[in-house]
Amino acid sequence: MWELIQSNRRKSIFLFTGMAVTLILLGYLIGNSFYPGDGGFIGIIIALVIWTVMSIVSVTAGSSLILSISKAREVTPDVHRQLFNIVEEMKIASNLPVMPKVYIINSEAMNAFATGMDPSKSAVAVTAGLLSKMKRDELQGVIAHEISHILNRDTKFITYASVMLGSIVIISEIFLRGMFRGTLTKRYGSKSKGGGQAQIIILIIAIVFAILAPIMARLLYYAISRKREYLADASAARITRYPEGLASALEKISECTSELQSANKVTAALFIANPLKKKGMKLSDLSSTHPPISERIKILRGMMHGHGANYRDYQKSFSAVKNSASKIIPPSGLSDSSLIPLRVSSEDLPSELSSIEEKRNMGDIMMAVNNYSSLTCQCGLKLKIPPGFGTNKPQVTCPKCGAVNKVSIAKQIII
Amino acid sequence: MVPVIVLVALIVIFVFYIISIYNSLVGLRNQVKNAWSQIDVQLKRRHDLIPNLIEAVKGYMAHERGTLENITNARSKAVSAQGVSEKAKAEAQLTEAIGKFNLVVENYPDLKANQNFLALQEELTSTENKISFSRQNYNDQVLFFNNKIQMFPSNIIASMFGFKEEVFFQVEDTTERAVPKVSF
Repeated sequence: MWELIQSNRRKSIFLFTGMAVTLILLGYLIGNSFYPGDGGFIGIIIALVIWTVMSIVSVTAGSSLILSISKAREVTPDVHRQLFNIVEEMKIASNLPVMPKVYIINSEAMNAFATGMDPSKSAVAVTAGLLSKMKRDELQGVIAHEISHILNRDTKFITYASVMLGSIVIISEIFLRGMFRGTLTKRYGSKSKGGGQAQIIILIIAIVFAILAPIMARLLYYAISRKREYLADASAARITRYPEGLASALEKISECTSELQSANKVTAALFIANPLKKKGMKLSDLSSTHPPISERIKILRGMMHGHGANYRDYQKSFSAVKNSASKIIPPSGLSDSSLIPLRVSSEDLPSELSSIEEKRNMGDIMMAVNNYSSLTCQCGLKLKIPPGFGTNKPQVTCPKCGAVNKVSIAKQIII
Repeated sequence: MVPVIVLVALIVIFVFYIISIYNSLVGLRNQVKNAWSQIDVQLKRRHDLIPNLIEAVKGYMAHERGTLENITNARSKAVSAQGVSEKAKAEAQLTEAIGKFNLVVENYPDLKANQNFLALQEELTSTENKISFSRQNYNDQVLFFNNKIQMFPSNIIASMFGFKEEVFFQVEDTTERAVPKVSF
């Protein structure tokens, strides 16, 4: 496992060096096009300051920022016992040092993400929609995928890479907007009247670079993000010894039509499936943070035909499905040839819930997350009491039979 | 003078290199030990859960006294077992007894509608999973450790300081190897 992380790290260093060179070049060109000579170095310094400030913010507050942007709420084990159990199971299976914090997002969409700069300070978040529709094995697959992101240091990588990308995008955008409005060119024009043609050429190069740099950086970011998505699938299969769990979870996620409102372009790379799939145009393969979900399912199912759940088996299935020789798993992962047997499902009788039951289940999860309490009336109707209701009204009238119930006997909702 | 400094520098680097390999070997061996104790933690949790489970189902399953007694006996044997092989055998019997119990539960729809029982059963399922995952993790850690001991150059340092390969956890019964089937 450790070699895998190191190989990942080496690849990330390539990416970061590339992005850093782009950032410095961008700062230099822009600075130089304003004030020939020293301007270039001032530009570099400004670019580095922007990058440093953004890095500090995202390293210190990144996780909590992402969690609050996604409207995720930390929950106690009482809210959803099974979710906690599964997270703990995966923590044990993956040898994570500390139990990740568990968050639930109040959304009908089906998605999940992980965050954390360090395996000892990590968090996983799942939507209420996902919780209500997944069977135990499927939820286990999803959580295993998320914990793999923590284990392979993908969450850390994404934080750093998105800061780099963000800095490049911000600097380019400010520069290009300024150019477009003409205010900057005017000032530039008046200052260096006798500047000569060389200045104009530098300006043109700066503009072209400011347009291309963010695009290139994005494509690079997406490409690595996609690769890590495959790797997390492979790790999940290895941890659970049951690729079908994740495969059928992904299938359900791809069929789900509701979308996650609180996701945006930056946080998209963190989720188990692209949360932006239905927004606007159809995303082409190159500009997506995630590989096509149908392909991921096919690869995982392909593993079920073999007999192993090791990295090598994932690579074999990957090559068969994609019909390509590209290596998705680093060589150190493939060198481990030991047979890791697949296991059977832990549930042989699938308990299919009707869609009404699923909806009710999801509503219960959302209310439990929001600290609603539950009260069963003598007529059998279950009343859900919002938090703080009892302080205003000590009693509640049942809408079905009209009996008056004391709010104080309401209990916490347990799923 | 210069060659001496170079020589000293080389020796210092070499010593640090050996120290780092030694430390990583110790770290890996501790991971193996830690993984082993995790298994015990989970087995203990299972022992603690069973009395609650029996208490919860006693009223419903009056006709299944044999099944319940099987579990209780297997549990007390597992609790008092001494030595690795005896322990493994007793735990395997307990897993089997729980597996049988879970099959029988299917015949009791009332029980399956009972919230309290469902919560207990979720705990039991999860504990069974945790047992098998902690065994799996133990084997993973043993694999990493043994690889390090066998590979060059760490194998030299390992043999110098007497690091020995650890033994994999093996389950004799094939039904034990698979996660027990629990149906709701």
